[in-house]
Amino acid sequence: MSWLLASPLVLPFLTAVFAFLLRHRSVGRWVSVVGNAALLAAAMFLMVEVLAAGIVSGQMGGWAAPFGITLVADYLSAVMVVITAITGLAVAVYALGDVTERAEYLGFHALYNILIGGVVGAFITGDLFNLYVWFEVMLISSFGLLILGGSKAQIDGGVKYVTLNLISTILFLSGIGLLYGMTGTLNLADLARTVPTVENQGLVTVVAMMFMVAFGVKAAVFPLFFWLPASYHTPFFSVSAVFAGLLTKVGVYALIRMFTLVFTLDVAFTHTILLWVAALTMITGVLGAAAQNDIRKILSFHIVSQIGYMIMGLALMTPFALAGAVFYLVHHIIVKANLFLIAGVAERAAGSTDLGRIGGLYKSAPLLAVLFLIPAFSLAGFPPLSGFWAKYVLVAAALDIQAWVIAGVALVVGLLTIFSMTKIWAEAFWKAHPDGIAPTLDRIDAGTRRRLILPIAALAGLTMIIGLYPEPFVGFAETAAAQLLNPQAYIAAVLGDAS
Amino acid sequence: MEALLAITIGILVACAVYLMLARSVLRFIFGLILISNAANLIIFASGRLTNGAPPLIPEGADAPVGLVANALPQALVLTAIVIGFGLFAFALILMFRTYTTLGTLNSDDMRVAEPREGQN
Repeated sequence: MSWLLASPLVLPFLTAVFAFLLRHRSVGRWVSVVGNAALLAAAMFLMVEVLAAGIVSGQMGGWAAPFGITLVADYLSAVMVVITAITGLAVAVYALGDVTERAEYLGFHALYNILIGGVVGAFITGDLFNLYVWFEVMLISSFGLLILGGSKAQIDGGVKYVTLNLISTILFLSGIGLLYGMTGTLNLADLARTVPTVENQGLVTVVAMMFMVAFGVKAAVFPLFFWLPASYHTPFFSVSAVFAGLLTKVGVYALIRMFTLVFTLDVAFTHTILLWVAALTMITGVLGAAAQNDIRKILSFHIVSQIGYMIMGLALMTPFALAGAVFYLVHHIIVKANLFLIAGVAERAAGSTDLGRIGGLYKSAPLLAVLFLIPAFSLAGFPPLSGFWAKYVLVAAALDIQAWVIAGVALVVGLLTIFSMTKIWAEAFWKAHPDGIAPTLDRIDAGTRRRLILPIAALAGLTMIIGLYPEPFVGFAETAAAQLLNPQAYIAAVLGDAS
Repeated sequence: MEALLAITIGILVACAVYLMLARSVLRFIFGLILISNAANLIIFASGRLTNGAPPLIPEGADAPVGLVANALPQALVLTAIVIGFGLFAFALILMFRTYTTLGTLNSDDMRVAEPREGQN
């Protein structure tokens, strides 16, 4: 079983090595595409196995858990790996047309694949310290990607991104130390077993809060999100897209994992805080977006607002709400990465992402307009797109347990999301270009255009499929939620029947 | 020993927080380096401290005899130090580039990516 779990981890790093060695040649960029396609295949194999077996686990180096490093994939991990691979492949194709040769020479493709490898590692590790290591792998490669190009805005955004993420790292590390001091183990399954036996449960809650803040910074929740809108609009569009799609979601994943598996004893306390955080994250994010006037800045604030929905699913902690959170994660990664990719094409066609300086895209690039409408309306929650079902499940779950306030907040924020999306639509697509020119996709040469449009169309198609046939996806999310709420199977899969 | 280490960690964190509250981002990075060392010491201390007892297994035995030092936290700290070294090397170079590109290390003046209202 081991290779099934190890191959999605090994492939990105192999790809990175070859991409780095071949960075002087044009074949180097295709290495990245082939590597990500292989990763998608490996992720699919893992998914098939997980669907058959429920939970797949493997011990690296042959050391039995809880002493060795465990890799484990349950439904949630498996779907996250698949969606990472899909996003990775789409953005790798897009990057062929987006990234400059200079950046490729400086090792863009190598850093990009290391980032993907770090994300996959964070999703399938079953060990807390190993999770820290994957976070760092992800972080250091994202630093490189963020400032590649070295413009003033990138350096400026980079400073904020780097410093605030380092604080989160140190909190995470201290939390690991204290948790180890109390339990003597770092294996997640073993922690789930030993944490309830710790004498001083007050201390466990304190450590839980340290993890909440550490992962909260990564996930960009209120009031810890300030690094995100400061930096996400500065790098290459492909980098923005993969950050927007994947990075914050790793934080959300870590929160879901820790607060369903390990820190479940004081749910009344921790999950109440999470519920407040969720509501405030949704509201501040969407209001921040309303105040912006640049496509990428608007989209950045919307990441924050959408994170709130996922945290809401975790905070409500019912099977249906968690299923909603899982569904939302999957839907959001596809939609959000796609919107950033589209912003990139809009900039190439119209010359800017500042809404005051562009316009007229609907008339001259109707294809792009349609491709924008799909993810934009999905983000806002229009039926029958994927976002509608994601929001529907979450709001229905909130109403089920009479959580009227959070359900109301979720609905109002959805409405305000439509406001922002129609703002982009009206300014960038409908109104005439302020300089009187007609922006057109013909400004991009045919080869580049294909590479830019193809991944956008593929991701939009995926959004449509999830929207039109939501049943298998919701069913999958419900099984994933059931696994999260009954960690016995997870513990048994990792530690064997000896537990 | 634990008390001494706890006080050391406390002083490190206090100095670090003081530095991190400064407007200069370079001072902020120095604070981060201090606090990351405090985090490393926390991991080290949480493995429980022993005096002069290396975790060696005597000949013929399968496990160490008596109370010996816990090797795992030391391995963790080693990993954390290496990772931290990489991160801070990057952060310091970033500070240098920031100073040469933006001409300032004062966080109040860093408004290129997020210009003030009416400024562009």
